Amino acid sequence: MKKIYLPLTKESITGLKVGEELLLSGVIYTARDQAHKRLIETIKKHKKLPIDLKSKIIYYCGPTATPKGKIIGSCGPTTASRMDRFATILIKAGVKGMIGKGRRSNEVTRAIKKHKAIYLLAPAGLGALLSTKVKSKELIVYPELGPEAIYKLKVRDFPVIVGIDSRGKDIYKI
Amino acid sequence: MRTIKASFISKIVSDLSQEANFVLRKDVLLALKLALKKETNERAKSLLESIIENANIAKDEKLAICQDTGLPIVFAELGQDVRIEGDLKTAIIKGVEAGYRKGYLRNSIVQDPLARGKSGYAPCVIHIDIVRGNKLKLTVLPKGFGCENKSKLKMLEPTVDIKEIKQFILNCVKDAGPDACPPYVVGVGIGGTADYAMLLAKKALLKEISRPKTKLERELLKEINKLNIGPMGLGGKTTCLGVNIETYPTHIAGLPVAVNISCHALRSATKTI
Repeated sequence: MKKIYLPLTKESITGLKVGEELLLSGVIYTARDQAHKRLIETIKKHKKLPIDLKSKIIYYCGPTATPKGKIIGSCGPTTASRMDRFATILIKAGVKGMIGKGRRSNEVTRAIKKHKAIYLLAPAGLGALLSTKVKSKELIVYPELGPEAIYKLKVRDFPVIVGIDSRGKDIYKI
Repeated sequence: MRTIKASFISKIVSDLSQEANFVLRKDVLLALKLALKKETNERAKSLLESIIENANIAKDEKLAICQDTGLPIVFAELGQDVRIEGDLKTAIIKGVEAGYRKGYLRNSIVQDPLARGKSGYAPCVIHIDIVRGNKLKLTVLPKGFGCENKSKLKMLEPTVDIKEIKQFILNCVKDAGPDACPPYVVGVGIGGTADYAMLLAKKALLKEISRPKTKLERELLKEINKLNIGPMGLGGKTTCLGVNIETYPTHIAGLPVAVNISCHALRSATKTI
């Protein structure tokens, strides 16, 4: 498995191919349905975003509460297709990577190709295992959303598979 | 008449909520281990190993098997010779809430399905059945919504061929594809009315996977596992761990068929008091 250190540079993204297995180390940000909805509303209103999206990696994840003595609770990926309606706008706004599970729409794939972004698959339904790869968790914005808030996670050797590469090649269509 | 205190019910439901989320069902674990033996696709094998490793970590560390600790569904089979001291439904709802808080599980329930808003731990969904006897059987089934979103119902015509029934079920699995955390357990409800068939499909998930299967269940399992969806949808023989069917008498004019898919983290815990 290839070790990848975040943030992703243009060169490192274009060097990654669909189906490749990677171990990510660095910073990723969680965001799911409601956080996406709010970010998109902010962009549409031309207001300042509460987080700089440039070159960021968004992890579609809503962790459980954090048990005592742990860094994070169970924290696997959620279904990515629910974020399809928002993803193109976020990619245009600078997001470079998305981590989730399952298929993406053609529109999202086109945006990934056009903006040289990437979609990564995290092993689905393995939240307990993935929690051991998270080294820190910090609340960034929308605390009232609870598990749907945006958290900054530092991960080490977080396992992913390239689902859609920067050429628009999709693991579920090859 | 036997009396059971509502507070005791809350305590049991609280414990079951945690057990269901931390300890993968024995029959599911067994089905995963059997699938691993049969699987030939290297990536699928490694993913199945990770699923088993995840279950071990969850159990040892008291961590949720999956972060989607579901919309908890509680089935209560209440003996008609039992008198509840206090309020049964409130006791169940409070029990789930307490268990989820104590277990650091996820507060995934929004009060208003339209306004959404802040999520919490209550209320769960409750199905109460009155049965003979003086016991109370409680089951907690935390159902994740990645797979719940793939539920389907079809009101088939009573004269259709069995092939058409199978095709509908196969299409449901194809439609879920890689998105709802395969390998799946497929719950099917056949008969009753539209609403009742959906409930049967959900109840079918509570049946043991390892029990002797009907011909239709065996055939469906075989056909689903030929779809090459596999763990995470990345190919392999292991698309489905088991097909469980519940049936009920129905009307001469209809044949309701409901499908309720579960992800590989099929969780439930039961206790009779």
